[in-house]
Amino acid sequence: MSYLPYALAGWLFVVGLYGVVTSRNLIHLVVCVSVIQSATYVLLLAIGYVKGGTAPIFNGIALGTKAVDPVVQALTLTDVVVSVTSMALLLAIAVEVHKRTGTLDPDELREQHG
Amino acid sequence: MTRRLRTGLFLAGGAGLSALFAWGFAGLPAFGDYHGVYGRLLNRDALGQTHAMSAIAAVTFDYRGFDTMGEDFILFASVLGVALLLRQVRERDVDAGQAVETSDPVRAVGAIAVPAFFLLGLFVIAHGYLTPGGGFQGGVVVAIAIVLLSIAVDYGSYAALVRKPLADLVDGLGAGAYVAVGVGGLLAGSAFLESFVSRGKIGELTSSGTIALLSWASGLEVAGATLLLASEFLEELLARRQR
Repeated sequence: MSYLPYALAGWLFVVGLYGVVTSRNLIHLVVCVSVIQSATYVLLLAIGYVKGGTAPIFNGIALGTKAVDPVVQALTLTDVVVSVTSMALLLAIAVEVHKRTGTLDPDELREQHG
Repeated sequence: MTRRLRTGLFLAGGAGLSALFAWGFAGLPAFGDYHGVYGRLLNRDALGQTHAMSAIAAVTFDYRGFDTMGEDFILFASVLGVALLLRQVRERDVDAGQAVETSDPVRAVGAIAVPAFFLLGLFVIAHGYLTPGGGFQGGVVVAIAIVLLSIAVDYGSYAALVRKPLADLVDGLGAGAYVAVGVGGLLAGSAFLESFVSRGKIGELTSSGTIALLSWASGLEVAGATLLLASEFLEELLARRQR
């Protein structure tokens, strides 16, 4: 009977958001976005956890053994893929920004473009 | 907006958000106190219905097979975007001959690591429905094995292998193969992505019907996509270094 994993998910989300808001470097900002996304992994896996349950892979264990929810695990897989794709795109955009403006600081970017 | 104002706004907003989270989480069942219906049903029936030992693989490539197709194409589209962005802004091509310095110890480790990773990746793809793993996980490992070639052999031959043909082709082929397997279900007279090959005997490598085929298709797609991402960023780094 614990709510700690949920609290961890919430904390990861808020702390990642704090990083995004205060970031002085676009690469750092992208990493912070991925911290926010990892909050969703923790939340999904925590929701599907069954106390005392094993992994839902019935290889060598009998069918009917108490196992955790496979749906949220598959969703977490999707989540990881989406997180990778968005990180790749954001990093590519950061490369382009640096090439065009010579800086990665969001504040300096604003000054340059008014 | 000054930094101070922005941080202040965040502190107010973040406190509100945290309060909302706390309120929402308090309404969830406690950790480990699971009441879901789908998870229980799948753990009971997935093995009998799909012959895949891993219920996660059954969900990914069978029950949610259509969603996974979308996931494949999200990856495809984003890699396309990265390639377009980076290739367009690259000022010059890399002089591959002297791009990466490598050494004999690195080559020696590479000679072991490259085939080992490659084989491990194929193993993970092939056993995705029997053990933890599958196309997405194995595809990344396969791609990393090929990326290691850039330091284990030399950048020139790596770039010649990957640059245009291999990565683009494998990426497209994997995405296409996923749809082709889906259409196979239609041609066999049932629904899109419905398994149309024999489910086989539980626990064997040839079991689980189209789950195996879709796992391989995703493996190809992910390997191609990861390879493309890694090589585009690597090429960009080297192009800048040589400037």
